[in-house]
Amino acid sequence: MEESTFLCRCEDVTLKEVRELIKEGYTSVEEIRRLLRVGMGPCQGRTCRHLLLQEISKATGKPICEIDLGRFRPPARPVKLGVVADGAEGGDDGE
Amino acid sequence: MSESADVVIIGGGINGVSAAYHLAKKGFKKVVLLEKEYLASGSTGRCGAGVRAQWGTEMNIKLARAAIEKYEKADEELDYKPGIEFKQKGYLLVAYTEKQVEQFRKNIALQNSLGVPSRFVSPDEAKRIVPFLNTESLMGAAFCPKDGHINPFRATDAYARAAKRLGAEIRLHTEVTGIKVLRGRVQGVQTTFGEIHCPVVVNVAGPWSREVAAMAGTEIPTYSQRHQILVTEPVNPGVQGPMVMSFHHNLYCQQTPHGSFIMGLGDPHEPIGHDTGHSWQFLEKMAKRICWMLPILREVRVVRQWSGLYNMSPDCHPIIGEAPEVKGFYMAVGFSGHGFMLAPIVGQILSELIAGEKPVIPVEKLGLDRFAAGELNVEPSVV
Repeated sequence: MEESTFLCRCEDVTLKEVRELIKEGYTSVEEIRRLLRVGMGPCQGRTCRHLLLQEISKATGKPICEIDLGRFRPPARPVKLGVVADGAEGGDDGE
Repeated sequence: MSESADVVIIGGGINGVSAAYHLAKKGFKKVVLLEKEYLASGSTGRCGAGVRAQWGTEMNIKLARAAIEKYEKADEELDYKPGIEFKQKGYLLVAYTEKQVEQFRKNIALQNSLGVPSRFVSPDEAKRIVPFLNTESLMGAAFCPKDGHINPFRATDAYARAAKRLGAEIRLHTEVTGIKVLRGRVQGVQTTFGEIHCPVVVNVAGPWSREVAAMAGTEIPTYSQRHQILVTEPVNPGVQGPMVMSFHHNLYCQQTPHGSFIMGLGDPHEPIGHDTGHSWQFLEKMAKRICWMLPILREVRVVRQWSGLYNMSPDCHPIIGEAPEVKGFYMAVGFSGHGFMLAPIVGQILSELIAGEKPVIPVEKLGLDRFAAGELNVEPSVV
């Protein structure tokens, strides 16, 4: 069951991988994210962050409201580099 | 009763864990690494993840070459199952001016003399190596197939786990608040969880190197500067093999084995300090420049931007060694943006120096006293 349950669907991270890492003592969002890439995909953790918090909470006994959520970084949703480049002001292209 | 240790390491980045591993391996019984947040939370975990031996000075080339050789064998040496994801597909350094061509040819001759297999390539060959490269106004490039990409989180984890297996202790969320020095000799450190007596302290605090050195009464000429970076969604991992780097545009761009593209650029007007924020100006500038250089990336989406700190030294070479006026206070700082790639050999050298042995690569020239002497050999190849 744990093997076939994906906690982070952008990065294909299973519940089993997350639980194993938590068992080894990695109990913060930032640490687990860095090692397993949970929440680093296109959705930036919109789905999996809560699931990860639940798992950390279950394992450590800490209520979710006391667990650090980790950093939120821009952009709010994925944007094509070409769209950003075309929308940019000023003449700083290649040269 | 307060505790004691043989060596206390300040900083849980890649150089800290590498030092912990090499010291434990050398037989130091009680090695304690102190990290104020968590491993790779500072510059290591924010870096561009590139490793290259294509440098412009003999010292940097020697260190980088040795480090890459150690990284090649790291999974095996450290018995690290997940793997550090070394993608050894090279670095392509692109040249747009006569002056750059001349500098690259000079660098390549020096690199070749030190056993680094770099070579100068024509714009056509550059295009064969990176098929989506815009060759407009390109005059040629330097290429070394041994350079590449490594996952910094995994590399840090690999050294940390190996260090722990050898008996080193790693304490997270523990901040050093003071260093005790008596009659020019290190006595111990004060932390947020009490004191540790120790004859040797290692400053590998990256962007906080100057502040940590000051705790031991040592003044060092390093300073920190923000560098911004972004990552895209993953696409077919076969799009781009090597890292592409342009000193002309002050940028680099690499596809990771996972398929995402990581890219950053250096801003010469960036103020000195510890700001790790992000700006839309960077996002726009980066997008414009990269869409010109690698037009295929127009269609790829950026998912995240962040920043990290370079810990700069005046000559863009690290400061490695014991502080001349404080016995037992060692440092490996001021890496100027290439601390991650040098870490395996730096950790080894620190362990050799601390054991009183002759280091595998002589590093007297990287001592703190070089700044007073005033004869600096500045590394030309930093983005």
